[in-house]
Amino acid sequence: MLAESLALSAVLFTIGTIGVLTRRNAIVIFMCVELMLNAVNLTFVALSKVYGMAGQVFVVFVMTVAAAEAAVGLAIIIAIFRHKQTVNLENINLLKG
Amino acid sequence: MLLQEATTGAHALSGSIAEWVWLIPVLPFLGFLINGWLSMSSAAHVGPKDPSAAGHGHDAHGGAEGHSDHGGAHGDDHHPVVRHKYAGIVSVIGPAVLLLSFGLTVAIFMAMLGVDREAPFVRTLFSWIPAGDLHIDAALQVDPLSMVMTLVVTGVGTLIHLFSVGYMQDDPGYPRYFAYLNLFVSFMLVLVLGASYPVLFVGWEGVGLCSYLLIGFWFSDKANADAGKKAFVVNRIGDFGFLIAMFMMFANLGALDFVGVAAAAPGMGFNSVLATTICLFLFLGCAGKSAQIPLYIWLPDAMAGPTPVSALIHAATMVTAGVYLIARSAFLFSLAPAAQLTVAFVGALTALFAATIGLKQWDIKRVLAYSTVSQLGYMFVGVGVGAYAAGVFHLVTHAFFKALLFLGSGSVIFAMHRAYHATHNHDDAQDMRNMGGLRRYMPITFVLMWIATLAIAGIPFFAGFFSKDEILGAVFARAHESTLAQVTLLGIPGSTLLYVIYAMGLAAALLTAIYMTRMMLYTFHGPNRSGEKEQSHLAEAPWIMTGPLVILGVLSLFGGWLNLPDLIPFGPVGLLEHWLEPVVGAATAVVTGPAEAHSVITEVYLIGAAVLIAILGIVIAVVRLKPTRLVPKAQAPDEHGFERVLREKYYVDELYDRVIVRPTVWISRNVLSTGVDQGIIDKLLVTWVGAGIPRLFGWFGSRLQSGQVGTYAWVLLIGVIAVLGAFTLR
Amino acid sequence: MPNFFYEVHFYLFGLLAIASSIAFVTRKSPVAAALWLVNTMFCLAALYAMLEAHFIGVIQVLVYAGAIMVVFLFVVMLLNLGQPSDLVDIRGKWGRLAAGLLGLALLAQVIVLAGRKLPEPFTPGGGYDPIAVRDLGAVGSVAQPLFNEYLLAFELTSILLLVAIVGAVVIGRRRRVDAR
Repeated sequence: MLAESLALSAVLFTIGTIGVLTRRNAIVIFMCVELMLNAVNLTFVALSKVYGMAGQVFVVFVMTVAAAEAAVGLAIIIAIFRHKQTVNLENINLLKG
Repeated sequence: MLLQEATTGAHALSGSIAEWVWLIPVLPFLGFLINGWLSMSSAAHVGPKDPSAAGHGHDAHGGAEGHSDHGGAHGDDHHPVVRHKYAGIVSVIGPAVLLLSFGLTVAIFMAMLGVDREAPFVRTLFSWIPAGDLHIDAALQVDPLSMVMTLVVTGVGTLIHLFSVGYMQDDPGYPRYFAYLNLFVSFMLVLVLGASYPVLFVGWEGVGLCSYLLIGFWFSDKANADAGKKAFVVNRIGDFGFLIAMFMMFANLGALDFVGVAAAAPGMGFNSVLATTICLFLFLGCAGKSAQIPLYIWLPDAMAGPTPVSALIHAATMVTAGVYLIARSAFLFSLAPAAQLTVAFVGALTALFAATIGLKQWDIKRVLAYSTVSQLGYMFVGVGVGAYAAGVFHLVTHAFFKALLFLGSGSVIFAMHRAYHATHNHDDAQDMRNMGGLRRYMPITFVLMWIATLAIAGIPFFAGFFSKDEILGAVFARAHESTLAQVTLLGIPGSTLLYVIYAMGLAAALLTAIYMTRMMLYTFHGPNRSGEKEQSHLAEAPWIMTGPLVILGVLSLFGGWLNLPDLIPFGPVGLLEHWLEPVVGAATAVVTGPAEAHSVITEVYLIGAAVLIAILGIVIAVVRLKPTRLVPKAQAPDEHGFERVLREKYYVDELYDRVIVRPTVWISRNVLSTGVDQGIIDKLLVTWVGAGIPRLFGWFGSRLQSGQVGTYAWVLLIGVIAVLGAFTLR
Repeated sequence: MPNFFYEVHFYLFGLLAIASSIAFVTRKSPVAAALWLVNTMFCLAALYAMLEAHFIGVIQVLVYAGAIMVVFLFVVMLLNLGQPSDLVDIRGKWGRLAAGLLGLALLAQVIVLAGRKLPEPFTPGGGYDPIAVRDLGAVGSVAQPLFNEYLLAFELTSILLLVAIVGAVVIGRRRRVDAR
C-alpha cells in the first residue's frame, strides 16, 4: 500500500499545483494550497507505517501550521478586499515595482 | 655537398672592416631621415598655390600611355619655376651617403680578396624574433654573391643619384625625391645583404613600398598614382608566394637563415614534391618582383615615375631582386629540376613575349620597359637552368647598359622638355615620333646610347654579348646532359624543353636587336620631327647628367670582361664565375653533373649563331624601318591588325581587368561590403545582437517584476521543477 | 492486513479522492469548490484510517474539514464571493495547457525520485508497533512521541498558533477612518 499511497499523494499534489497556477480567485488558490498540504500529510502517514510514529506526529504539526496559515492568510485577503473590492488575482499587483 | 657552413667563432673576416657592413644600409637610411625631415619641414609652409601641392595635373601630357614623366619637372606656365629651398643641401647629402656606402663596399671587397671565402661571414646585429623554435636574428651576410650585388647597387645607385641632381633640379618635391631614393637604396641593401629569408623579405617589402612611392611621385596626376598602386598590388601577389615558401621552409626544414636552410635542404630529397613546391612559390615571388609572366604588367606602367627612378629601380636593382633570390636559393632549386625547368621556360617565354611587344611601342620609355622585362626573362633562364653565375653576370651587365639606356633616354626627354617648354609646345615629349635626328644636337648621348644598344643586342666584345652568350651556351649544354635533361615537366622531356628554350632565346635576341635598333633609328637618326622652333633649343644635358652616362658607357663597353669564356685566348677568364663559386658552385655542379666542357667546335657554333642573330637583327631594322617615313605623333595614323595588338600589348591588361579586377571589385562591393559588412556585421551583430541583447534583457527584467502574484507562483513552480530536474537527471 | 476487501476499498477511496480534487479545481463557484475539497478530505481521512493512523484520521475530519474549511466558507460568505464567475481561469486555453504540462513535469519528477531508493528506517519509534498501539491506544501512541521527543516542536507550534491568532485579528480588524 505504500507505493499506491505515495502515488496518490503525488497526483493530489500535482492537481493542487495546477489549481494554484490556473485559478483566478485568491481564496480558491488558497484552498488549492490546502489540498497540497493534505497530499503531503498522506505521504507522511503512509511512510509512518514503515518508519514509525514520527510521521503521524509530523502530520499533527502540519495541520496545526495549516490552520494558523489559513487564519492569517484569510485575514490578509479580507484586508485586501476592503481596499480593492476584489479578490481577483490579476488585479492584485501591489507588489509591483 | 650543397653545404655552406658558417664557421662559428673566428672567420677570416672577423674583426676586419667587414664588421662595419651594417653601415652600408644604414648610411642611405640616414640620408632618408635627413632628406625626409627637410622635405617635411618645408612642406609645412605650403600654401594652396605651391606647385608641390598643386602638382602637375594641369597639362595634358597623358597621351595614350598615360605617362607623366615631366623630364625634369617644371612648374606649369602659370606658376613660376622655383628651385626648392633646401635643394643645395639635399644635392649633397643624397648622393654623398651613397658614395660613402659604395666606398665602404669597395673596402670590404678589397678585404675579401685576400682571404678564404669558402664560408660566409655573418654579422649578427641583434636578436630579432626569438619565439620558441623560431629564432631569427637581424644579421647581414658578407659573401661573394652579396658583395657583387652590393657593388652594383651602390655603384650604379651613386651614378643615378648624381644624374638625378641634374634631372630633378627644378622639381618642387626635390628633397622628398631624394629621401625616397635613399630609402629605396637602403632597403635594397638590406635585401642583398640579409643573412636569412625574413631579413631579405624586409628589404623585399621595403623596396616594393619605395617603388610605389617613387612611381607615384607626381601623385597629383591620377594616372601616376594608379601606376604606383598597380605596382604595389601586383607585387603583393608575388609576396604572398614568397611568404608561403618561407612558411613551408620553416615547417619542413626548421630554419630560415641561408646557412641553416642550405644544411637542411638535402633532407628534402631530390626532385621531391616538397622541394618543387617551395621553389615554385619562391618563383611566384620573383615573378611579382621581377616582372615575369603573369605579373609583369606593372613594369610598363611604372614608367610614369621619373626616369632616374626607372633606371635605378626598374632596370638595375629592384627587379633584379628576384634573380638574386633564386641565385641565393641555389641549393634549393638545384634539388628541384621540375621547378627549374618551369623557371627557365617562363623566363624564356617572357623574354620572347615582351620582345614582341617592344617592337611596336612609340614611347621611348615603354620600349625600354619591355626590354627590361625581356632581359629579366633571360636572367631567369640563366638561373633557371642552374647557371647561376651566368644569370648573375647578365644581371650585372644589364645593370650597366640598361641604366645607361634609361639615363640616356632621360637626357633626351630632358632636352625635349626644355625645347617644348621654351616654345610652349604641349606635345608628347617622350614619343619617338616627335623626335628624330637628335644625334646632331646631342652627340655624346648619341654615342653612349649606341654603345648600350650594341651591348644589349649582343654584339661581340660589348658587355651584353658575353653574358647573353653564357646563358644560351649553358642552356644548350644542359639540353645535352644534365639533371634537367633527364626529368620531364608535364610529360615533356627536359632536354626537348631546353632546346625549345634555346630557340626562344635566340628568337628573343633577334627581336631585341631589331627593336633597340629601331629605337635608335627613330630617335637619333633621320630627319627631326620636333618642329622648327624647337630645334634651336635642343641641346646636350648638363654635365652632372652626362658624366654618369659616360661612366656607364665605359662599363657597358668593358663590363663583359668580368667573365670571359674559356675560348678567349687572352685576358682573365671566368672571373665572376670563380668569384661566385663558394656560393653557387656546388649547386651548379649538381645540375651539370661531372664537369664536361663543350667541344671547341660547339662553342664556336653557338657563339657564331648568337653573333649572326644580333647582326641580322640590326640589319633587318636598318633596312626595313625607315625613319623618313615617320610623322610626328599628332599626325600619326592609327595602327591596325596585328600591329595594333602588339601596340596594345596583347590586351593583357584589359584581360586582367575583365577577368580578375572587375569580379573582385564587384564581389567586394556587393558581397563583402553590402552583404557582409553592412548586412551581417552591422545589421545582425551590432543592431540585433549587440544592442538587442541588452534591450532584451531589460525588457525581460521589467516584465518579471510585474507585481502579479500569480506570475510569481508560476515562476516559483518553474524553479522547483528546475531544481528537481537537476536531481532527477543526476 | 491487506486483502482483497482492503484493496478494493483503498482504491475506491483513492479514486474518489482524485475525482473530488479534480472537481474541486474545476468548479466555477468558490463555495462548490470548497465543498468538493471537504469531500476530498473525507476520503483522505478514510485512507488514514485504513493506514492505521486512526488518530490522524479523526483530527483530519475534526480540524481540517471541520474547522479550517469552515473558516474558508465563513470568509467566502463574509465577502459575498459565492457567485459563480464566468471567467474562472486566467490566461485562457494556453495557460491551462502550460499549467498542465508543468504539473505533469512535476509529477514525473516526483515519481522518478520517489522510485529511487528510500532512506533506511530510522530508530525513534522504530516501525509500527502494534503492541504499543494496543497498550497505549490510538491517541496515546501519537501522544507519547509528541510530548517526549518532540516536545520542543510542540511548544513552538503553540506559540505559532498564538502569534497567528493575534496576527489574524490585527490584520482583519476593521480600521476606523477618521473623517474629522
